[in-house]
Amino acid sequence: MANEVCFKNHHLDKPWTLQAYQSTGGYDVWKKILNKKTQADEIISELKTSCLRGRGGAGFPTGLKWSFMPRNAPGEKYIVCNSDEGEPGTFKDRDILRYNPHALIEGMAIAGYTMGASVGYNYIRGEFWEPYEHFETAVKEARAAGLLGKNILGSGIDFELYTHLGGGAYICGEETALLESIEGKKGQPRFKPPFPASYGLFGRPTTINNTETLASIPSILQNGGKWFLEIGKPNNGGAKLFSVSGHVNKPGNYEVPLGTPFAELLEMAGGMRDGNKIKAVIPGGSSTPMLPGDVMMDVNMDYDSIAKAGSMLGAGSVIVMDEKTCIVKALARISYFYYEESCGQCTPCREGTGWLSRVVNRIENGAGRPEDIDLLLDVSKKIEGRTICGLGDAAAMPVSGAIKHFRDEFQYHVDHKKCMVSAA
Amino acid sequence: MVNIEIDGKKLRVANGAMLIEAADEAGIKIPRFCYHKKLPIAANCRMCLVDVEKAAKPLPACATPVTDGMVIHTKSTKAIAAQKSVMEFLLINHPLDCPICDQGGECELQDVAIGYGDDVSRYSEKKRVVHNKNLGPLINTDMTRCIHCTRCVRFGEEIAGIKELGMTGRGEHAEIGTYVAKTVSSEMSGNVIDLCPVGALTSKPFRYSARAWELRQHETIAAHDCIGSNIFVHTRHEKIMRVVPKENESINETWISDRDRFSYEGLNSKDRLLTPLVKENGEWRETDWDIALRVVVEGLKDVVDNLGAASIGTLISPSATLEEMYLAQKLMRSLGCNNIDHRLRQQDFRDQDNAPVIPWLGQSIKDLEQVDAALLIGSNIRKDQPIAGHRIRKAAISGANIMVLNPVDYEFLFPVTEKIIVDPRRMSKELGAVAKALFELIGEPFPKGLTSLLQDVQPNGQHKAIAQHLKAANNGTILLGLSAHTHLDFSTLRALASLISDISKCTIGYLTDGANSPGGWLAGAVPHRNHKQEKITSDNLNASEMLRSNLKAFVLQGIEPEKDCANHSLAVNSIDQAEFVVGLSMYKSDSLLESANVLLPISPFTETSGTFVNIEGRWQSFQGAVSSAGDSRPTWKIWRVLGNLFNVDGFDYMSSEEIRDEVRSFSGNIIPKNKIEWQCPTALQNNMDGVVRIVDTSIYSIDPIVRRATALQQTADALTPAIHIGEELASRIGLMDSDQAIVRQGDGEVTLPVKIDYRLPAGSVLIPPCELGGTYLGHEYSEVKLEKI
Repeated sequence: MANEVCFKNHHLDKPWTLQAYQSTGGYDVWKKILNKKTQADEIISELKTSCLRGRGGAGFPTGLKWSFMPRNAPGEKYIVCNSDEGEPGTFKDRDILRYNPHALIEGMAIAGYTMGASVGYNYIRGEFWEPYEHFETAVKEARAAGLLGKNILGSGIDFELYTHLGGGAYICGEETALLESIEGKKGQPRFKPPFPASYGLFGRPTTINNTETLASIPSILQNGGKWFLEIGKPNNGGAKLFSVSGHVNKPGNYEVPLGTPFAELLEMAGGMRDGNKIKAVIPGGSSTPMLPGDVMMDVNMDYDSIAKAGSMLGAGSVIVMDEKTCIVKALARISYFYYEESCGQCTPCREGTGWLSRVVNRIENGAGRPEDIDLLLDVSKKIEGRTICGLGDAAAMPVSGAIKHFRDEFQYHVDHKKCMVSAA
Repeated sequence: MVNIEIDGKKLRVANGAMLIEAADEAGIKIPRFCYHKKLPIAANCRMCLVDVEKAAKPLPACATPVTDGMVIHTKSTKAIAAQKSVMEFLLINHPLDCPICDQGGECELQDVAIGYGDDVSRYSEKKRVVHNKNLGPLINTDMTRCIHCTRCVRFGEEIAGIKELGMTGRGEHAEIGTYVAKTVSSEMSGNVIDLCPVGALTSKPFRYSARAWELRQHETIAAHDCIGSNIFVHTRHEKIMRVVPKENESINETWISDRDRFSYEGLNSKDRLLTPLVKENGEWRETDWDIALRVVVEGLKDVVDNLGAASIGTLISPSATLEEMYLAQKLMRSLGCNNIDHRLRQQDFRDQDNAPVIPWLGQSIKDLEQVDAALLIGSNIRKDQPIAGHRIRKAAISGANIMVLNPVDYEFLFPVTEKIIVDPRRMSKELGAVAKALFELIGEPFPKGLTSLLQDVQPNGQHKAIAQHLKAANNGTILLGLSAHTHLDFSTLRALASLISDISKCTIGYLTDGANSPGGWLAGAVPHRNHKQEKITSDNLNASEMLRSNLKAFVLQGIEPEKDCANHSLAVNSIDQAEFVVGLSMYKSDSLLESANVLLPISPFTETSGTFVNIEGRWQSFQGAVSSAGDSRPTWKIWRVLGNLFNVDGFDYMSSEEIRDEVRSFSGNIIPKNKIEWQCPTALQNNMDGVVRIVDTSIYSIDPIVRRATALQQTADALTPAIHIGEELASRIGLMDSDQAIVRQGDGEVTLPVKIDYRLPAGSVLIPPCELGGTYLGHEYSEVKLEKI
C-alpha cells in the first residue's frame, strides 16, 4: 500500500509529462468540473469527507480552509501554492515538482475554480532549479493543451498559473512572507489578523496551500473523499509523503498511508545504517521536537499519534539519528539554522535565536556553564508563542525537545567539557 | 461599539479598534515601542503583549482588534512575564551607553526598562555592533542602539511618501539604513528623530549640546509658513537648544517640517544684531535705544515735514506678528502715510480692490485631507507648506484627483491625476482653457468679457479632464500657491480660478508665504485697506509701487530686501537711493548695513509674545521662550515707544494681549470670504519672446531666519545659486551642465554655473535669489539674457 496519491505515476516512463499524467486519468477531474460546472460546495464537501489535512506542516483541514475564502466576493482572488520547501529534512515537494507536476497544476486549477480565483502562483524554493524547470515545462504543456488560460476548453472559465522562484530565504515558506516576496518585497511575515483569506496577495483574498496538498486534490476528487479517508485513518485521511533521512540505509521519499507504524517506514527505508541502534528521531522536520528512538518505534505515523507522543508530524520529514549521534551537536546545527534564518522582524526571534545558538554552541564546544541548560529552556520558553510567525516556535521547540529527552547528554557536556558519545 | 474589560475596567469601544487604542483611551498604560498611533501597525516589537482570556498565547495589544466580551489583563502574571521577556530580548544587544546617549533621559527604552527590565543581564556574549549611516546634516545615527521597531521606515513609507529608509539583512544582522548610500531628503525627515524610541536617530545639530533634563519646554507657533504648526521650544540658560512638535490634531498632528524644526539655528546666528546701530558720516556706531529711537523719530519727522508722509514706505515681513503689523500701520497711518505692505513678493496688484478682505485657505487645514479633487495653481505645496502637502497627500492616497498647473515640474510624493507644466507666461492661458472647458461642460453662458478673453484658447483633453474632475467633485478645492502669488498675472489667475470655483462649486483657497499673511490683512498692513477694513483710496502705494516711486524714506521690518522682495535689484537700488532708511532687523545683513541709517535690533518670535493668524484663520497667540538677546527688543514694544515719541494717542499698551484684543475688536467678527466679483481680465499674456526667469523661493531661503539655519543650508533642498535650465533650451543656447554663463536681468549681471534641470519647460530658467559681488538680479517671470562664457 504505497504510492497511491502523489506518487501514483512513479512507475511510468517520464511520469512528469502530460501524456504520462493523462494516461492514468489526469485532468479528467478538471475537465469534468469545467464541463459540469460542479458546485464549489460539492468539491469542498468532498474534501471535508477526505479529511485531507495541510501537508505543509500545520495539518489544518484543507476543506475547512477552502471554505473560508469569500469565493463570490467581487474582484480578483488568488490561489498560491507554497513550494518553498526549506525545512531541514524536508524534500517531498521537490519530487512532486519533478515527477508529478501536472497533479499540482490540476490541483491548483481546481482550487482556483472552487475559490473563485482565476490566477494562481506557485512559489518555488530558490534552490530548486531542476524542479522549477520541470514545473514550468508542465505549465507550458498544460497551457498548450488548453487546460490553462482564458476560456478553458470553451467553458468560459479562466485560470492562469505563474511560477515564482524564491530567493533562498527559509522564512518565505511562511505563507505571508511568501506573499510579500511575490509582491516584490522583503520576505517578512505579516501579522495576523487580517488573514490571507481576507487580505492576501496584493491585498486580495488568497488561499495558500502546500504542494503536496494541492497535488492530492485530483486523486481525491477522482476516487472520492471516502476513498482517500480510508487509505488513512479517521481525522488523518489519505497517504502522506515521508522524507526519510539520516542514518538509514535507503533515505528517500516514501508515500504511505497515514497511520503506518514508524517501524514499517523505517524498514522501507532500509533500516538503520550499519545496523546501529536507533537513538532519536525528529519526526516532522527540524522544527519539531525530537523523540527518543524507542518511543518512536511504538508510534504510528499520523498527526494525532505523533502529537500524543509529544511531537508533531509536521511536513513528514523524518530525520533518524543513530546511537553515534551527539544530540548537543545536532541541536547546535539546528539552532544555528534558525539563528541564520530568522527574518529579524520581531524581537523574541531576532534576539532569542542568536542567544540560543550561542549557548548551545558554547555547551557543544566545552564552554558550557552550570546554568546554561536552564537558561536554554527559559529562553526558548520566552520565544515560544510570542512571535509574529511560527519561526520563533520552530527555533524554540527543538531546544526544549532535545533537553527534555537528552538532558543527561547536555549535562555531561557541561560537567566534563566533552561529548558523551565520542567519549564512549 | 463593543463591550470589553481591561484590568477589571468595563469599557465600550468602537468596533475594529485595536486593544492598545482602547487601553490608551481609558488611560491604561501598556508598554510599547513599535506602535505609534499615526503609523501603520507593525506588531514587531512584541512589547505590548497582553493576556486575553480564552487566548492560548499572549496577544499584541497593538494588532489585536477588540471583540465583544473580550476580557484583557495587562498586568497579570502571564502578561507581565511576556512583557519582561521581550524587554530582556531587547536589552541583550542594546549598548549600555546611556551616559553618552543623546536620548538619555527621554528614551522610551530606558523608561520601559525601569519597569520591565532586570538589574543584571544574563547575556554574556559579545553585543551586536552596527555601522552608522550618514543620513545627511539633520539626522545623526548610532545604529547599534536600534531596536528595529521600524517606526522610521514606516514614517517614510506612509507619511513622508518617500521610502528612504528600510531594513536590510536578516535576523540579528537586520539593519536600518538607506538601501543605497544616500542621505535622507524628505522635508519632513526630522520627525524620525521623535519617532525613534531609542538613541539610534537623534538630531545632528543638537547632538551633545544638552541633556534632556536640563531643558525647559515652552509652547509656541512655528514661524516659517502659513500653517502655524504648534511647536515646543526647548531652552537651556536662555538659549534655544532645539524645537520639537506639539501635537495638534487639527493642524500639524504629531509632525513638523524640517524647516520648523531646525530653523532655530538661525536664531543664534553670528550676525544677530544685538545693539541699536546708527550710521554717522557713513560709519556705523553702536548706541543705546534712546539715541537710536530719537534718530528714527527725527529722521522720519524731517521727511514728513519737508516732503510729506506719503514719501515714506513701510515694508513689513509677512512673518511679523499681528500686533507688530497692527502697530506699524497704526503709527504710519497716524503720521499720514498709507504706504505699508506685507505682500513683498507679489507683483501684480491690479485687482487688489476686488480681492477678498482676507484671502485664506477657504477651509480648515484638516479639511484638505478630505478633498476629492484639488487643482493646485502655481504651488509646490510639498516644499512650500509641508504640512498642507501632507494633508493633500493623504487625500491623494485615498483616491482624490490632484491636478497641478505649474511652471516647474515639482516632484509630489503622491499620485497626480493631471499635470500641466508650462512656461510661466502660458499659465493664465492654460487656466483659461480649463475655465472654457468647464463652461462648455456645464453648458453655462460665459460671463461678461470671457468670450473675447478666451477666443484664441482651445481646451485640449487635459483641460477637459481637469474640468470634468472639478465638476464631478463633491468636495473639491482650487488652491493658489506661492508661485501664483508672485506671478505677473496673479490677478488673471485669481479671476479665472475664482470663476472656476464658482461654477464647479469647488472651494477656492490661498496658500501664502510668511507665518502671518492673514494677520497682515486683518491688521491693515496693506495700503488700500486699514485695520477696520475701510478702503483707502489715495496715497496708497503697494509694495511694488513703493519701490518704483523714488520714496525718500523706508521703514523695513524683519526683511532683507534683496531676498524678500519680488524684484531684488529694484529693491536694493530703490532703498539705497532713499535719504532715510530705518531697519528693524534681527540681523546685520549686508544690504541693510549698506542702505540703512538706523538699525534697531528686534526679537524673533521666540523672544517675544504675539499672535500669528494661520491660513485657516486660526489666531494662535504665544509667549516668548527666552528673553530678548542682547539689547534687542520685542518689535511691538519698539512700535509702541515710537508711538509715544511721535505723541500719537492710543499707544499706551502694557502687553501684546492688549494690542491683540484691540485688533480683535475691529476684526474678530469678520467671516473671511474668498468669493470675489467677476471682473474680466483685460487680456491674457501673449508675448512669448525670450527667456523668463523663475525665482522659486525655495523652502530654505524663504525668510532671514531660515537662511541662517546652517544645517538646513547643507541639505539638498538648499538651492545654490545656479542657472537651472531645461535640456531643450540649454541645447538651443549651447549650454551644457556645469558650464558657466552670464545672466543679465535689468541692470543686474551675474555669472553662474549651469545646471540641467528636467523639471523646467522650455522658455524659462530657474535662478534662485542670488547676489554675487553686490549685484542683484531683477524680478520673477521677467526676461533674462543668457550668454555662454
